[in-house]
Amino acid sequence: MSAQPQRNVIANALAQIGEAGLFGLTLLAAVPRSMKHARETVRQLWFVGAMSLTIIMVCGLFVGMVLGLQLYYVLSIFGGTAASGTVVAIAIYRELGPVVTALLFAGRAGTSITAEIGLMRATDQLAAMEMMAVDPIAYVAVPRYLAGLIAMPLLCAVFCALGIFGGHLVGVTWLGIDNGTFWSNMTATVDVWKDVVNGIVIKSAVFGAVVSLIAVYQGYTTPPTSEGVAYATTRTVVASSIAILALDFVLTAFLM
Amino acid sequence: MTAPAAPVEPLVRIRGLTTVLNGKTIFDALDLDIPRGKVTAIMGPSGTGKTTLLKHITGQMRGDAGQVRVDGQNVPELSREKLFELREKIGYLFQNSALLTDYDVFENVAFPLRQHTKLPEVLIRNIVLTKLQAVGLRGAAALMPAELSGGMARRVALARAIVFDPMLILYDEPFVGLDPIALSQVLKLIRTLNETLGITSVLVAHELEAIKQVADQVYLIANGKVVAQGDPKTIANDGSPWTRQFFGGDIDGPVPFQYPAGDYAQALGLTGAKA
Ligand SMILES: Nc1ncnc2c1ncn2[C@@H]1O[C@H](COP(=O)(O)OP(=O)(O)O)[C@@H](O)[C@H]1O
Ligand SMILES: [Mg+2]
Repeated sequence: MSAQPQRNVIANALAQIGEAGLFGLTLLAAVPRSMKHARETVRQLWFVGAMSLTIIMVCGLFVGMVLGLQLYYVLSIFGGTAASGTVVAIAIYRELGPVVTALLFAGRAGTSITAEIGLMRATDQLAAMEMMAVDPIAYVAVPRYLAGLIAMPLLCAVFCALGIFGGHLVGVTWLGIDNGTFWSNMTATVDVWKDVVNGIVIKSAVFGAVVSLIAVYQGYTTPPTSEGVAYATTRTVVASSIAILALDFVLTAFLM
Repeated sequence: MTAPAAPVEPLVRIRGLTTVLNGKTIFDALDLDIPRGKVTAIMGPSGTGKTTLLKHITGQMRGDAGQVRVDGQNVPELSREKLFELREKIGYLFQNSALLTDYDVFENVAFPLRQHTKLPEVLIRNIVLTKLQAVGLRGAAALMPAELSGGMARRVALARAIVFDPMLILYDEPFVGLDPIALSQVLKLIRTLNETLGITSVLVAHELEAIKQVADQVYLIANGKVVAQGDPKTIANDGSPWTRQFFGGDIDGPVPFQYPAGDYAQALGLTGAKA
């Protein structure tokens, strides 16, 4: 894409991360100014959060069902299917919930944020706001960023609930694990702080902050052409996916 | 210029504006005045920097040197707050309308009011409908921007630009792509706004016939300078090579047909020179 294809890929990536970080600081500095656009934040929360609900629920259900099936198969070898509930819950709260939610969110909401802001740039809408003395950072960028930040943990909680429901559906309802054992083992082993809070609250808040930042940054800095918007949308998915999985490792190492 | 130097300061006074973008000199010590209460047209070949000039006047871009005084304030030196205050008094019609695609026509026109005032809904409604009526689109209030034709979108953008009754309106190529009827409508609007509200107008356009009908004076810009200025009805015949080429439509002249390039024969590999 650039004139020098030989230029160091790593240097480029680091430069991008640095710029995105600075952009993030600009966003944070604009949060107080965007308070008067709270309505816009709520509207974006609807687009970004509520509209992602279906895909999150469906995927959560299937992930839980697959997990229930696989665990039943493996655990029955050792005669330990009673542990199925525990393992489903821990796997979902700690890893699958936050990570899969974030990946789905990047694909569903992140891309639309990038494309929308990019098209607003390409069609001079951001410049028009500037000309109407409205700060596009405070009016366009921050509300979408905050919406992503707030939506992610909520979506993750929904994903986890549906995942556990899916695991229960397969393990208990279809394959006949005892209902009482499934729940009592789960509640006895799963720790609210170590598993639930670390996963739903901390991991997903971090993922929400990073994915939203990437999406808004890519949209805001898009070259104002249709090609530019297309590239930026792709970069949002690629960069978000890498960031999610890399940060997941780092966070897991720290939170264990 | 016909009138002798007026005692009032012009609304926009540009002195020695010099701007270099990507190594290309866009403005080379440009001097230009926009008198109050008049319609001033700015003409020039594509890529001369007419849009860039409007961006300098509104502080969207800054030059490398020189002054751009608008209503007494030097725009490049203004803080962001002061700049925003100034912009509330300026209407800007973008080349491509730049309506907010999220909102319908009504909300687009209401947008500046909602952002900068706490007027009750009834009043906002009255103001917006008055402006839409002025551009003939009150009936289109509920349409989305995607449902508008180019001419309609431009008139909505105009309604939005005048919603605060600005002191200055900048029109960037408002006639492009309009059919003759829409063109007359926009021309009439520009004239009405200027005559009834006394709004100073700057009009970037290529259509000399249209300009003759609305503008009080014309600047022709080329090579980063004002190369001709005067009454739109007579400027085409002022005898300079610039006006002869621009208004005569000659392919070559002071404005070269070719974008600056290296030697043609060498580029085609016709000379012996080894690269
Ligand atoms: N942001 C920018 N960065 C670099 N060059 C620019 C920028 N904006 C415009 N230009 C260049 O400035 C010149 C004038 O552009 P513009 O003002 O759009 O011309 P006009 O409106 O007269 O057709 C063009 O050569 C364009 O390539
Ligand atoms: Mg232009």
